[in-house]
Amino acid sequence: MDDTTMIAIASIVTAGVTTGFGTMGPALAEGKAVATALTSLAQQPDASATITRTLFVGLAMIESTAIYCFVVSMILIFANPFWNHFLTLTAAK
Amino acid sequence: MRLSPDEIIFWQHGFFKLNGTIVFTWGTMILLAVGAKLITRNLTTEHERSRWQNLLEITVTGMMTQIEEVGLKHSEKFIGFLGTLFLFVATSALLTVIPGYEPPTGSLSTTAALALSVLIAVPMFGISNQGVGGYLKSYLKPTFIMLPFNIISEVSRTLALAVRLFGNMMSGAMIIAILLTITPFLFPILMTLLGLLTGMVQAYIFSILAAVYIAAATSTRKEKPVPISQKLEKPQPNTHHG
Repeated sequence: MDDTTMIAIASIVTAGVTTGFGTMGPALAEGKAVATALTSLAQQPDASATITRTLFVGLAMIESTAIYCFVVSMILIFANPFWNHFLTLTAAK
Repeated sequence: MRLSPDEIIFWQHGFFKLNGTIVFTWGTMILLAVGAKLITRNLTTEHERSRWQNLLEITVTGMMTQIEEVGLKHSEKFIGFLGTLFLFVATSALLTVIPGYEPPTGSLSTTAALALSVLIAVPMFGISNQGVGGYLKSYLKPTFIMLPFNIISEVSRTLALAVRLFGNMMSGAMIIAILLTITPFLFPILMTLLGLLTGMVQAYIFSILAAVYIAAATSTRKEKPVPISQKLEKPQPNTHHG
């Protein structure tokens, strides 16, 4: 196998693994956050404005870790720097 | 496959490139500025008022209550900055219903610029509120050991703001593009709907996070503890049993 194929295999596999494993933690965390927020909403409907706002901000914070993983895998697939480097190397040959 | 509207190039002359991000950013800006100018040209205080004036009033008062709920008193001081951030991000998310329009917030350059303006605005509001010394002292809270961590958090939250907005907007456009090749007709429409919702939530979160950062930088310790303790000591009316 030449270098380009190796890089393609590594990038695709890593991209899948990154998004797959990277979204596991945030998914569990978001589920827990929403469940707790619903419990507090049921107990104290008066505080719904504060709870909802805090929930949204917290969800965005949690979700951003998943988004980082997604951005990394998108870069690996569509804007891979190593891939482009070896493409220019083979083009120069 | 395009990763961002940076790669659409409308016009090129030597070094100067007119890419999609610039065009759509200026389009959104012109729409917002001209629209606001046209609506505020004939404002009335009577009962009969135009629906556009109602729209603007709801938007502005809604933003002001949100800013005040975060803990920023005198919201009229901050609405110029925070409101602009919200309106720009929200409008660029809403305009994706127009075919051919790509949200400028789907480019890392735009979101990095917005996050950098938050990075600069936080110390500016902090210094104007509690002076240079008072603001710099907030880096030494709770002890001076936390100084490097406070500086790291300043940088990392700017990065997080930029990448969060970029990732959300880019992923929406990307998912729709991928789905168009797999299930072309109905499913992309549903994802566009979901994208509209995500865009509004992201706009809200971006501006509320900026408001929280500014509130943390401008908080003065003299007046804060009193209302909170009063609120806590007040007995909660419990009317929801049975």
